[in-house]
Amino acid sequence: MKKIVVFCFVALSVFSCSKSGEENTNEAYIPTTVNLEIPTIFQQFLPAPIIPANNPLTQEGIDLGRKLFFDPILSGDGTLSCAGCHIQNNSFTDPRQFSVGIDGSVGTRNSMPIFNVAWNINQKFFWDGRAHSLEDQALDPVENPIEMNNTWDNAVSSLQATSHYPELFKKAFGTSTITKNLVVKAIAQFERTLISGNAPFDRYLMGDTNAVSQSVINGFNVFMDPDKGDCFHCHGSDANPLWTDNIFHNNGLDETFTDKGLGNVTGDPLDFGKFKSPSLRNLAYTAPYMHDGRFETLDEVINHYSEGLVYSETIDPLMKFVAQGGSHLTPEEKTDLKAFLLSLSEDGFTTNPNFQNPN
Amino acid sequence: MKKTYLFLFAVLLLISCNEDNKKDPQFYPITFKFTQNWDGTDFTATNFGQYDYTNLHGETLSITKLRYLISKIILTRTNGETVEIPGYHLVDVSDASTLIFNPDVMVLEGDFNKISFVYGFNEEDNQDGAYQDLNAANWNWPSQLGGGYHFMQLEGKYLDASGAPQPFAYHNGTAKVSEGVFEQNYVSFNFNTDYSINQTGEIEIKMNIAEWFKNPNTWDLNTFNVTLMPNYQAQKMMQENASTVFSIGEITAFNEE
Ligand code: HEC
Ligand code: HEC
Repeated sequence: MKKIVVFCFVALSVFSCSKSGEENTNEAYIPTTVNLEIPTIFQQFLPAPIIPANNPLTQEGIDLGRKLFFDPILSGDGTLSCAGCHIQNNSFTDPRQFSVGIDGSVGTRNSMPIFNVAWNINQKFFWDGRAHSLEDQALDPVENPIEMNNTWDNAVSSLQATSHYPELFKKAFGTSTITKNLVVKAIAQFERTLISGNAPFDRYLMGDTNAVSQSVINGFNVFMDPDKGDCFHCHGSDANPLWTDNIFHNNGLDETFTDKGLGNVTGDPLDFGKFKSPSLRNLAYTAPYMHDGRFETLDEVINHYSEGLVYSETIDPLMKFVAQGGSHLTPEEKTDLKAFLLSLSEDGFTTNPNFQNPN
Repeated sequence: MKKTYLFLFAVLLLISCNEDNKKDPQFYPITFKFTQNWDGTDFTATNFGQYDYTNLHGETLSITKLRYLISKIILTRTNGETVEIPGYHLVDVSDASTLIFNPDVMVLEGDFNKISFVYGFNEEDNQDGAYQDLNAANWNWPSQLGGGYHFMQLEGKYLDASGAPQPFAYHNGTAKVSEGVFEQNYVSFNFNTDYSINQTGEIEIKMNIAEWFKNPNTWDLNTFNVTLMPNYQAQKMMQENASTVFSIGEITAFNEE
């Protein structure tokens, strides 16, 4: 009896060995799995990045997504790519207040930088949170009339008709039949690799005391002081290296709203005028600021919080000195605060060769 | 052949029936449900932004945010043994999914007579940046003020003497005595209550928001409204008022056989 069992076991293991060997050499092709390189400060303080189970990162998928992100083929007239409004030099946003679509139409919102999107813990994208995943988000611009003004049917058949894309989709997803869902999956994979976590202030927090000036450290204290900046309640801190809460607030810009922001999405008057707190990383490259790009400089932003706040019903209670226009920082505190904000900018991000146009 | 199978099947059934009757002690998952009320009237996300509440001191107010942290939940058996519930839980009233806490634990059935928990974190647990999910939720308390995490954020607007809305941010955490000197500010709760765990069930933890403004300190929002985090007096008054805020509500599904 024992012998039979042993024999069975041997037979089984031989069988399973030969089977897996076969798989590797031909038939079921498996693209190369990629693990994100996570900055040390993220490893210490943040949960794992959010990667949907149905869209694991692979080298072939990322490469394809990168190609698509930079390819104007997705637009109605073949002139505008995602990168046309999300420029690497600008931390993947647009230096123009309002981007220009293929027909010359101009929107009403400032483009948004793209980085650390796998740590958008609430998975709400856009200034008003209307997209619920990166994949979902990428469906929008292609058909948006003021952006790429295409149809997905048309975009997909253009890709299918090229000599190279079907093969690249096969490598990434095992099928050369292109669909819009595969297109956005690939783009989302590339976007998840856009990680920025090595600015001077990160290096300071990780122990390099020479990484920043005394003015930066003073500015950080203004940022953290509930009597002064009190910025940390919405924009992260030394223990939240995202430098955003990913939540929606009204930060006292307007008395009445031309753009209801989150309120457009929820229909709830309590949400009127609320927008997603942006991360304060890479501000050196992301001007102009706010959802409508109204401020060209960080000085204007700081002046807003210091003396420019205006009351509206949904203003966040943390804009607590609104009755006096703000917390009235001294000129020195403003200088320090600005120095601190700029210390969250990482020049290596805007020049990283892995993020450049591959086409 | 078929008959043999039938026979085997019958035997198996018998065995399993027997086992049921013998009733080996079972382990059950346990759920905590967090509810909020204002002196007995339910408070949920639908009540945000409504000027429907008047505190003991007389200010009319509306609430726009309520988040709080509960940790170290311990269930005590009648024989004195304790079951420590692992982890902590951040309640965010705007997010219904956080009103339920399903800890990663199975509890051995039996009779219990006590529930205890910590509002906030005790000193040992309140470590700067130690919890990744809470960091990402931006729940940190500045190290300049003693560090660790917020215990609660209760925010909204109250009407001042002229009827104008003014902001309040009732934020609680470590108290700062003076530069670099800090004092713990959490509260431990112990509730004596008899219950049995003999199937999956739910324990309700209730917060009466009105108590934050009542007992023993009658809270005057005209005096204590914003920038309360670095205010030692305000922080200690919050800790004192916390003592009557929480209670145990329904313990459901347990005693049914
Ligand atoms: C015409 C300019 C334009 C083009 C082209 C464009 N975008 Fe955008 N993008 C914007 C603007 C403007 C916003 C903010 C819009 C809003 O909030 O309503 C935005 C927002 C985003 C966001 C949200 C970021 C966040 O943190 O929530 C992502 C991601 C993004 N775009 C990716 C893409 C991708 C991928 C493509 C190509 C398929 C693309 N964009 C094409 C202008 C553009
Ligand atoms: C109540 C939450 C809150 C607080 C506190 C807060 N902000 Fe903001 N911040 C926001 C929101 C929301 C936006 C986007 C608003 C919009 O575009 O309508 C924003 C935008 C910004 C921007 C523009 C970034 C960009 O990419 O456009 C900067 C810079 C900024 N804040 C810095 C600060 C500083 C410095 C402080 C402290 C003095 C501060 N914030 C305090 C919520 C807050």
